[in-house]
Amino acid sequence: MGSATEYNRRDIFKRAAAITVLAAGSGSLLAACAGGTSSNDSKKAGEYNLKDAKNPFGVDAKKGLEVFIFDGGYGKDYLAAFAAIYAKTYPDAKIDQQADKDITGKLQPRFNAGSPPDVIDDSGNKQIKLDVLAKDKSLVDLAPLLDAPYIDDPSKKVRDVLMPGTIESGTIDGKVYNLSYAYTMWGLWFSGKLFKDNGWTVPKTWADFITICEQAKAKGIAPLAHQGKYPYYINVAILDMIAKQGGLDLMARIDKLDPTAWDDPAVKTAVEAFFQVVEKDFLLPGTNGMTHTESQTAWNQYKAVFIPSGSWLENEQLASTPADFEMTFLPMPSLPGDKLPFEAIRAGSGEPFVVPTKAKNVAGGLEFLRMMLTKEASGKFAQAANSLTCLKDGVGPDVQLKPGTKSTVVALKAAGDKVFNFQYPNTASKFDEDLQNASGELLAKRITPAEWIKRAKESATKNKSA
Amino acid sequence: MRHGKYPFIVGFLFLPILLYVGLVLWPYAQTFGYSLTDWSGQSQEMNFVGLDNYTKLLGDEVFLGALWHNLLLLAVLPVATILIALFFAFMLNVGGKGGTGGVQGVAGAAFYKVVFFFPQVLSIAILAVLWQAVYRSDGAGLANGALIELGLGDPQHPVEWLNDPNLVLWCIMGVLIWGGVGFYLVLFSAAMQSIPKDIYEAALLDGAKRGQTFFKITLPLLWETIQTAWVYLAIVAMDAFALVASMTPGRTYGGGPDHHSELMSTYLMRNFLAFGEAGYACAMGVVIFFFTLILSVVSLRVTRRERIEY
Repeated sequence: MGSATEYNRRDIFKRAAAITVLAAGSGSLLAACAGGTSSNDSKKAGEYNLKDAKNPFGVDAKKGLEVFIFDGGYGKDYLAAFAAIYAKTYPDAKIDQQADKDITGKLQPRFNAGSPPDVIDDSGNKQIKLDVLAKDKSLVDLAPLLDAPYIDDPSKKVRDVLMPGTIESGTIDGKVYNLSYAYTMWGLWFSGKLFKDNGWTVPKTWADFITICEQAKAKGIAPLAHQGKYPYYINVAILDMIAKQGGLDLMARIDKLDPTAWDDPAVKTAVEAFFQVVEKDFLLPGTNGMTHTESQTAWNQYKAVFIPSGSWLENEQLASTPADFEMTFLPMPSLPGDKLPFEAIRAGSGEPFVVPTKAKNVAGGLEFLRMMLTKEASGKFAQAANSLTCLKDGVGPDVQLKPGTKSTVVALKAAGDKVFNFQYPNTASKFDEDLQNASGELLAKRITPAEWIKRAKESATKNKSA
Repeated sequence: MRHGKYPFIVGFLFLPILLYVGLVLWPYAQTFGYSLTDWSGQSQEMNFVGLDNYTKLLGDEVFLGALWHNLLLLAVLPVATILIALFFAFMLNVGGKGGTGGVQGVAGAAFYKVVFFFPQVLSIAILAVLWQAVYRSDGAGLANGALIELGLGDPQHPVEWLNDPNLVLWCIMGVLIWGGVGFYLVLFSAAMQSIPKDIYEAALLDGAKRGQTFFKITLPLLWETIQTAWVYLAIVAMDAFALVASMTPGRTYGGGPDHHSELMSTYLMRNFLAFGEAGYACAMGVVIFFFTLILSVVSLRVTRRERIEY
């Protein structure tokens, strides 16, 4: 899930000064933290009694639990609710609740010292990359959790109650290392009010989309905004068009860094179609240099019609969204010859929760994750964080949803099983960055679609062998 | 008292030396060690890979580009900052109209000194926010707003300052100079004030103009201070991390668009934290360390002059 990487409010500035010190010391300060002593007391997977619905992992009721979450687009209010659920069963355990925007800064030294927290929501711009952690064998294989009895209905296993794609997004090299808890959808967003006022109908094809863009431009509204300082967002739109045109096979080949994937004619068709928004000058003036906050706020002020983002957008923009804005989700419009239907959307579980192998209370960590998957916890999360969770039907009718979230529920229902998700942002950090840089250049009209494809192919080749 | 002298001195120096070795020398040594490994930065496991990281660096276009940007900063930043600071310091201290009062600065010198020093008081985080508002990529930005008001900018296609590959590094350089001038102004002012006034008065009596007094008296007597300033600024130019990391586009730690503002330090941090290539990043750290060291030594040697006593 690239999701989590992006929707935090980048508090780079606060960190900048501290980082300078580190950089000036050539990373030496950080290096000094490494190579500490290790205190490894994790269990082997076979030692769990998965038949026991009450306590499958053998939690020591007195042992403390430290939970560290990313304090980003979903806030941190849900953590207290989760802790209360854990405390109901284990009142004697002292639960240490922590939340921070800077996961790497706070936790990398602790990983290096061999004393990480028991549960981590490893998310945000300063996420410790999961592929890196998995490669180092720093994360507990979550297979026992998936095979453990489901708390609300012990006749089922945990893996049976998860949304499709959840297990896939937790998988690295064939093993499941994280529980991606928040269910996120990506696509374009628009204001229902703006559409109503102008008498536009929701575009299902790219041709219709372009028509609306032309009409908007004629009325003096910029058709498309994007978070140009972080080309992650526009990459969602471009790559979704490629996936829809080329189908799931092509997506899988891109994820595997297969360089020949970029020779597929679907890539050319999709990127050239997308490039119309640049050629026809549909972009909000200055949007290529804007942060997510600047561009999304401009969009909230009706300065632009569409903006790409994930479903955290509503929660993130709560403060600047007008009451009658009617935030609405739109899947990427279709091109002729698309292999996936218009309704197909990029969706998946984000917000990866992990249990480190060197945690002091691995059993407690796994149990905490199991409790997060109860309907009670899922509802609490939906209320506090305005987001669905990876629990199937995890949000009951008693939970009041905002317009944007409501529109995602509708879109998700329409999509059915036509849900896809790219894995490369999680599994190939460097390729992701190259692709983002290329998209930044494409949107600024400094390179052509052909050059964009060439760059993607080169990067795939380079990072495949590395 | 004689026999107690050395234990006395050692007693005083023990703690500072311990701290220095533990917090400065040892981490440096560790960085050297890690630069020879494939350490990921997140675990305690690593393999020795010899000089592989260094050979990889030589072929890494992004790193070489970053090195070039650092060298560009090095060429422009110290010279520009020192020249501007010197000019202002001279005007504020001795550049005023001679008149009957003897040697003095221009009118309102004390006020200007505070104004120029002001950026130095602000934290770098605030500077970044401030200048991002100036460089904002649409008409709401100060720079674009002014251009558009003057009819020089196109509101439909404003200048994307920090997202323009040809402008981004100069934009950053502008902030660094703007922020640095005040400090060196004060530094040079203090040095100028320690120059005895009678030297200037003698020069004035001999009919020296402002320019002549500056080049014949002020500059030679300030040489040591300028030398120090140059070394400081060279070190800033080799780093300049915070502004680039916070202001420029890019996935982590800026450096964009498309590596056009990439510095060695931002690339180092991205490799260290985002890519899990801490060993490789440490090799960059070692390169930066040697560059800075050599620069400092060379600049101190080259600019060495005879000391003038007064």
